[in-house]
This record gives sequence, structure tokens and C-alpha cells, in this order.
Amino acid sequence: MDNFLVNYTLHLADNTLILAQRNAAWCGHGPIMEQDIAITNISLDLIGQSRNFYQYAAKLIGNDATEDSLAYLRTEREFKNCLLVEQPNGDWGQTMLRQFLFSVYQYLLYEKLQNNQDEQIAAIAAKALKEVTYHMRWSGEWVVRLGDGTTESHQRMLKAIDELWCYTGELFVVAGYEIEAGFDVSILKDDWLKKVSAVFEEAGLPVPEKVFMQSGGKTGVHTEHLGFMLTELQYLQRTYPGAEW
Amino acid sequence: MDINDKNKILAILDEVTDPEIPVLTIIDLGIVRDVKINGEEVEVIITPTYTGCPAMDMIAMNIKLALIENGYRNIKISSVLAPAWTTDWMSEAGKSKLIAYGIAPPQSESERFMRPESFRVQCPQCNSTNTKCISEFGSTACKALYQCNDCKEPFDYFKCH
Repeated sequence: MDNFLVNYTLHLADNTLILAQRNAAWCGHGPIMEQDIAITNISLDLIGQSRNFYQYAAKLIGNDATEDSLAYLRTEREFKNCLLVEQPNGDWGQTMLRQFLFSVYQYLLYEKLQNNQDEQIAAIAAKALKEVTYHMRWSGEWVVRLGDGTTESHQRMLKAIDELWCYTGELFVVAGYEIEAGFDVSILKDDWLKKVSAVFEEAGLPVPEKVFMQSGGKTGVHTEHLGFMLTELQYLQRTYPGAEW
Repeated sequence: MDINDKNKILAILDEVTDPEIPVLTIIDLGIVRDVKINGEEVEVIITPTYTGCPAMDMIAMNIKLALIENGYRNIKISSVLAPAWTTDWMSEAGKSKLIAYGIAPPQSESERFMRPESFRVQCPQCNSTNTKCISEFGSTACKALYQCNDCKEPFDYFKCH
């Protein structure tokens, strides 16, 4: 069993599961129905991606591992998602900014991964890339709409940038398993910053400079938010082990 | 053996419809990638449309049921991801059925039409191209919500993928 590949696959799976779970909390609470449907559609795309990655990881691990055991029965320290995706929803603006910052990263990442040496990872990435293209555009439009909207919406976007920017550095900090099974993600940073800056400029929002960057999520050291979230996500399987629909 | 005829199996699969868009069969959608007959076993190879499409599990189940009804017992459903499904695989018959059902079909050469401002979607009711996008995400993963500026009718657009 290739440990690096397992860890890398879990990292990709955790990123998408955790962001999907965050977005899903908007179900029934979106500002208007169309946008409620949009954010939950994105959530569904991300859950689909995480299922593909977990199914593959389960196959690599063997034994009794399943997509469900990997999602529902691992502890916080075993989750390898980036800190950005576990951050609370905040208001709609903060959720949009988080989605946009991550979608741009995911777009660049999958663009590279579709040529990964591992055929299954490459296939999942190639498929998901099309969906992420829609996510990136939609969330980017919201960043512009709110950044360049009213005084209130602009203020809220400034606050969202303040809350989230310090978690973006980690996206480009390379974990050991990424070098072995993926690639050097630090090379994506310039393109990411370019795309994000272009949208920020259109939105009239400043790109922060010299911000201290948090990291640790990729190797299991999370912010306090993940534990609470997993408690809710894993509640059913923890309380009624093996429960099925 | 006649029952193992691949075309016969494909004809059965052409009766299996998408649970969300019942006018389209899984053959129209290009979901069925191949059918293999390994001795007694019939293997149907399918590919998901959208990664998170909840209809896929039901489609796999419906394929099994359709084949069982037609006398097949040893059935295997396999899923492949590569090459990634694209709306370019939708049959022309499928696109016509969509229009008749009130859904605007996806453009051919989907790669060129991933940006909504690069083209006008035609209203399936009055054929006007004077339409606007209400939301890029609609009632299912594969659709966007549009409205016709002329006849005012809201409609679904099966978006390029």
C-alpha cells in the first residue's frame, strides 16, 4: 500500500467533504431561492468529488475501509483538509469569499492533477474540473457584486478578507505526501494570486499584503472549528454505529 | 445465444430513463459507455454525468431491474470516470426530446460554451434567443435557470459540461 497516495487522496477528499458540509448548512437559508439552490448544488458537486476520492482511498487501504468509515469514523487529527475550508460560514459574503478563494485554487490544482501519474486521481480531477469552472465563476461574480455593491456589503467583504486571508497561505505550503503523490503546489501560488487579484480589483477590494499565514490543516492540526463540525457530521454513525438508510 | 446479443441489450437500456429528466434515456445522455458479455455475465459500463449527481445510484438500479425483467440474471454495473462525460455525447434525438419537454438543450462543442455570455440560449417555447440567465444553478446539477425576455416564460437550460 502506498502511504503517500492514501494520504494525498484523503487530503483531496477531506478538502471537498468539509467545504461541502459547510456549504450545505446554507440549505434553506440562502438570501434568495436561486442562490440557495446554487450553493447547495455546489455542495452536492463537492460531496460527489469527496465520494470519489474516499472510495478510491478505501480501495487503496483495503481491509474494512469504506467511503463511509473514512468520512464518519476518523478523528479530527486524522483529517487533512486545509484550514480555509473549515472556517465558519459567517455571512453570505464570507461564504462567497471562502468559496471563491478555494475554487480558484481547486481549478488550478485540478488542471494539473488531470495529468497526474495516478490514473484514478487524474480521472476524478478531469471530471471535477468542469464543475469547478462553474463554481469559480459564480463565486467570483458574488465577490464583485458585494465588493462593489453598497457601503454595507463592501464593509462586510473587507471583514471577510480579514477573517479568511490568513488561511490562504497554507494552500501553497507543501505537505510531504503532496510531493510524493501529487506535485509541488507552491508553483500554483502566482497564478492563484493573479486570478484572485483581478477579481478583487474589479470588486474594489484590496489584496492584503504581509499577513501572517496559519497552517497545519494538511497534517492534521486544525482550528477549533473543525472539531465542532465533525461532531455534527459524524453524530449519527458515532451514536448508532453502522446505521443505514 | 440470441439473448446475449449486444444490440438487444442496448435496446433494453434505451428504455431506461433518467429519473430527473424522464424524456431522456441513458443512451440519449451518453451515460452507457459500453456493454460487455463475459460468458453468462452482462457488464454495463456507465459514466456519471455530474460527480455528485444523486440520480446515478438510481440509474444503476434501474439498469439492473430492466435487465432482470428481460431475463438476464448475472448483471454487473461498472462505473468509469475517464474520459469525463460531456454534453457533446448527448444524441440529437435526445436534444429534440429536451426541446419538446421544455428544456433548452446544450450547445455542441461544449468547451466553447462554458461561459454563458458567449452565446444566447434559445427559448424552447417561442424560439426567441432574447433570453436571460436567472441562475447558473438550477433544479438539478445539470441545469441552469433562464427566462425568455419575449414570451416571459422561465425555462431550464441543460448547461454545457
